[in-house]
Amino acid sequence: MIRQRPYLIELFVVIGLCLAPFVLPYLGFTPSTINRILIWGLLGIGFDLLFGYTGLLSFGQAAFFGTGGMFAAYMLTETPMENTILALFLGAAAAGVVGYLVGLIALRRTGIYFAMITVAIAEVFFFVEFNPLSEYTGGENGLPGVPTPNLSLGFTTIEFDSNWTMYIFFAFWYFVGLAIALRIVRSPFGLLLRAIRDNPLRAEALGHNIHGYKLSVFVIAAIYTGFAGGLLGMFQGFMPPDAFMFATSGEIVMQTAIGGAGTLFGPLLGAGAWLFMSDFFQTTLNLGASWKLVLGIVFVLLVCFLRRGLVGAFVDLYHLAAGEKRKHEPVDETTAGTGAEVENMAAIANRSAEMLARKPSSENVGAILKATGLTKSYGGVVANSDIDFSVDYGEMRGIIGPNGAGKSTFFKMLTCEVSPTSGKIVFEGRDITGLSVTDVCQFGLTKSYQINQLFERLTVRENLSIAALGLLRGKFKLDLYRSLSGVPGLDHQVEGAAALVNLTRRLDTPVSELAYGEKRRLEIGLALATSPSLLLLDEPLAGMSPQERVTTVALLKSIAIGRTMIIIDHDMDALFELVGKVTVLQEGRVLVEGTPEEIKNNPKVQEAYLGGVDEEMA
Amino acid sequence: MVNWANFISQCFNGLVLGALLALIASGLTIIYGTLGVLNLAHGAMFMLGGYAGWLAYTYTDSFIAAMVVGSLFVMLAGVVTERLIIRHFYARPPEDQLLVTFGLGIVFVELVRFFFGSLSRTTPPPAMFQGITNLGFMVYPTYRLAALGIVAIALLVLYFVLYKTRLGMIVRAGIEDSVMVDSLGIDVYKVFMLVFGIGAMAAGFAGIVNAPVVSIAPDVGEAILVQTFVVVVIGGVGSFPGAIIGGLIAGEIISITSMFNPAYSYVMLFVAMTLVLVLRPHGLLGTAGRE
Repeated sequence: MIRQRPYLIELFVVIGLCLAPFVLPYLGFTPSTINRILIWGLLGIGFDLLFGYTGLLSFGQAAFFGTGGMFAAYMLTETPMENTILALFLGAAAAGVVGYLVGLIALRRTGIYFAMITVAIAEVFFFVEFNPLSEYTGGENGLPGVPTPNLSLGFTTIEFDSNWTMYIFFAFWYFVGLAIALRIVRSPFGLLLRAIRDNPLRAEALGHNIHGYKLSVFVIAAIYTGFAGGLLGMFQGFMPPDAFMFATSGEIVMQTAIGGAGTLFGPLLGAGAWLFMSDFFQTTLNLGASWKLVLGIVFVLLVCFLRRGLVGAFVDLYHLAAGEKRKHEPVDETTAGTGAEVENMAAIANRSAEMLARKPSSENVGAILKATGLTKSYGGVVANSDIDFSVDYGEMRGIIGPNGAGKSTFFKMLTCEVSPTSGKIVFEGRDITGLSVTDVCQFGLTKSYQINQLFERLTVRENLSIAALGLLRGKFKLDLYRSLSGVPGLDHQVEGAAALVNLTRRLDTPVSELAYGEKRRLEIGLALATSPSLLLLDEPLAGMSPQERVTTVALLKSIAIGRTMIIIDHDMDALFELVGKVTVLQEGRVLVEGTPEEIKNNPKVQEAYLGGVDEEMA
Repeated sequence: MVNWANFISQCFNGLVLGALLALIASGLTIIYGTLGVLNLAHGAMFMLGGYAGWLAYTYTDSFIAAMVVGSLFVMLAGVVTERLIIRHFYARPPEDQLLVTFGLGIVFVELVRFFFGSLSRTTPPPAMFQGITNLGFMVYPTYRLAALGIVAIALLVLYFVLYKTRLGMIVRAGIEDSVMVDSLGIDVYKVFMLVFGIGAMAAGFAGIVNAPVVSIAPDVGEAILVQTFVVVVIGGVGSFPGAIIGGLIAGEIISITSMFNPAYSYVMLFVAMTLVLVLRPHGLLGTAGRE
């Protein structure tokens, strides 16, 4: 919904912000509540980028809220500075710096560890503010006397000192914050945030420095939070120390969850609901302090039953009211696999293969990949032992071996997902031993996974874009303001990859709605969209129907043009038809290597598959 | 200037606090290890224990009754919470689990505030443990020594349950590989319920033992929860020995820093946590791949 009609959302927000002061008071919102909602909404935008878009749930935003607010307040009360807007920006910058330092530590871990570490760090800030820094922060008294916002125009100074003039000031900054966030969300950077949320490991394997992106969005969230903290001080006329408290972090999380994460508007709506309930329970129903009990119960129920928050509920209601049923495109599995389809596909593929190649294949001769003495042991278990392996440019190599022969471990070492215990890997003349999977993908070596590793909540186009962006932008770029359509060559690359795996008609379908065979093809498409010069395929035919196998084999044949590939599969017939040479692994060692014919007739291979147990026991 | 008597007494304080933290962190860590849920309401369980114990004490005047009734109550609260709410979150993303346990924590705290007010309550130590004991090299409050012993016994019991019983074996197996345990035909849901109950009880029991040392208020669990997180990060998630070592380290750091300047105790705790994260990202006794 964010895709179509640029600036439509921005326009609606402007209209909404203009109407709010005329409409909301009739619904029982006081002007000061409305201002408070804007502050929390603004801070929530940053938090939503972090939590809703990137999937990083921080329980420590209070540290940045307090830092930004205290810094701005200190500037305005203890130094001669009078420019309130400059103070706001300085506060936000201070929060950003602090966010960077905290991020360096907290982002060493993910998931619940991340949540716990943010809690702990925020608590440190609370104590530091209260005691060692109390000279600057006023300790438990906070900093009183923060001026209301003003704007100096040189000849005159505009004062925003009443509730409604302050509303104009806050609404302006809310809008600026939202417009920036919308740009970020629509940028390649924004797409990568969602990639990290859905499948961080695959995003990394597709050549993206996910730590860099996480740290960046953490800092962005800290800046938003710090700016909002500055606004809070000006709004209240004093900077309260409880901005640093755990409860503040919790409120941000709860408001975003109530409103609906991953929407940018959720936090505003959540703040509105939160502050309205708080007013309603305390003033109207006279519940006094126990309003928090009601709120807690409401929150728990909401998390239990309204998974996507209020925004999600509104969307569902809208669909219900409009009587709109989700239209599913018919899955055309049956047509795929017919002879005509296969030939047609091969024709498309021939063209696309050339478009996608990194560089002309004729330039290179000799070995593209050479592994020597590759060994991997897990504790006492040796998965791979002393493997020497070499693949030439343009070759199509098959790897077979019984279950547990160490094929997948071997692939993982080649793509640098696991580092070998000993041995050396040279790719295109470069020693890649011990490098990261991200770097190796950037060099043009990637893998399609045995078990689908897709970005489930995104569309096919977005999935392929994530893969292509690694090639087009390098492993890290802070292009917050560039639109996704503004990345040169992206559409070309995505459509080329989609054509190769025959998913052109499904480009705008979410992955979760794809059939299994289509997901398998997309899995290969993701690897292809990085334009690898060496492509590893880990059991590309696994779990496919005989019909799908025929199509996929044709597909693999067609993408082999201009590319070097190594394929692991258990389907020998298909594999022998595809490849020029086969390596057989057994018990972590290379058993034999040769053409399919040689392998078929090799007694050692037959023994390995049919079991040489009797002999060993004898 | 460091006063040695003072220093040793602070070391003892650190031991008591550390043992308490170890007990609480063990509860948190076995719940997370087995169920995969980080229970943000764990601090509230500590608080519930303190209140349940205090209430039982005011009615019976018996500290033993307070310990029994209090821990049973918190265990019951844990089991009921697991059955009614947590159970529905196993299949949901970890963020939802954090949100719901966070919300539950608030509900528990506010419920207690609703019934007992915000004023702090004190449970006096049992008569036989009142006063001070002369240890030869220093005098030390008797109850704190007793608390150290009680918590050590509780940890031993927990160790016994975890390492010597069938349930414990299932729990430890579940921490390693819950899918496998499930496919072995063990009713994991029943185990999950029990584990949540036991984990909550560990926190609750610590709350009861702590009540005579520090008076309790509805939000007493908040700070404890944060300290427990640090313990778990230092020790390694899912590791019972890690929770104990982490707890003792954290307890000593807090106590010894407090002797110089209480304000820096959290800073030092945080420095220790950062050091561990940099040097051993999975915690002192944690293993990789368990997030």
